[in-house]
Amino acid sequence: MNFDKELDARGLNCPLPILRAKKALTDMSGGQVLRILSTDPGSVKDFQAFAKQTGNELLASGENNKEFEFYLKRKQ
Amino acid sequence: MGATPEIAVIDDLIRQRLDEILPQRIEAQLQAREQSRTPSLAIIASKGTLDWAYPPFILGSTAAALGWDVSIFFTFYGLNLLKKDISDLKVSPLGNPGMPMKMPFGPDWFKSLNWNIPNALQAGIPGFESVATLLMKQTIKNTGVASIEELRALSREAEVKFIACQMTVDLFGFSHDDFIDDLDYAGAATFLPVAQKADVSLFI
Repeated sequence: MNFDKELDARGLNCPLPILRAKKALTDMSGGQVLRILSTDPGSVKDFQAFAKQTGNELLASGENNKEFEFYLKRKQ
Repeated sequence: MGATPEIAVIDDLIRQRLDEILPQRIEAQLQAREQSRTPSLAIIASKGTLDWAYPPFILGSTAAALGWDVSIFFTFYGLNLLKKDISDLKVSPLGNPGMPMKMPFGPDWFKSLNWNIPNALQAGIPGFESVATLLMKQTIKNTGVASIEELRALSREAEVKFIACQMTVDLFGFSHDDFIDDLDYAGAATFLPVAQKADVSLFI
């Protein structure tokens, strides 16, 4: 999937992946896609909740060898 | 004199129609209002140890990241969390049976051991608290958990409001110089109206 910016949150624990993602999104423009890499298993549920609450759409997410990736689309 | 039969019929029709339309319109308006309003969180932070410093700053910074309006009132020992230097926050395993006592280094089998040290022994060893704090800080680093300094800075950056309890400042003989800049100093009468309007209010 195409993305405009990447955030490497691997090795970081709750709530840092969310806080860093929020910061990264702030610097992006509406419609752009942020890819986030994480190793925190709690971040799977957390990014779903973050997307729902903030209106930034979670386009896709996946897991590969205990690493998680998320694609968040910045809301307009 | 009562209503004429015609008016009674019209009244009935209006009532029926209103019953049909009103719930939908009210529901739509409530939903629109719900979506446009900013949720809010009010926290009282009353504890000043390393372990208890986490909940207010984690919840505060995360709520701010979710777009919430956040206020944290620091009172009693919680005021320690607003000092300029918070690198000396400590955690005590003494009288805290819920705290696992594990080593943050060595082979996995060693790290998984839980050191069940009796209270009487903990209390008798000088510096026990400092050693426990050192080990805890190493564990925090190893597991990628943020430091309190970092969470506090992130909270401030996200415009979480910090309010310091002036009564506690007087009680413990602190001065405003001991604390980080740009704090509001206030009391219970300031917190309560904020908590009244908050969607979530927590005492930590």
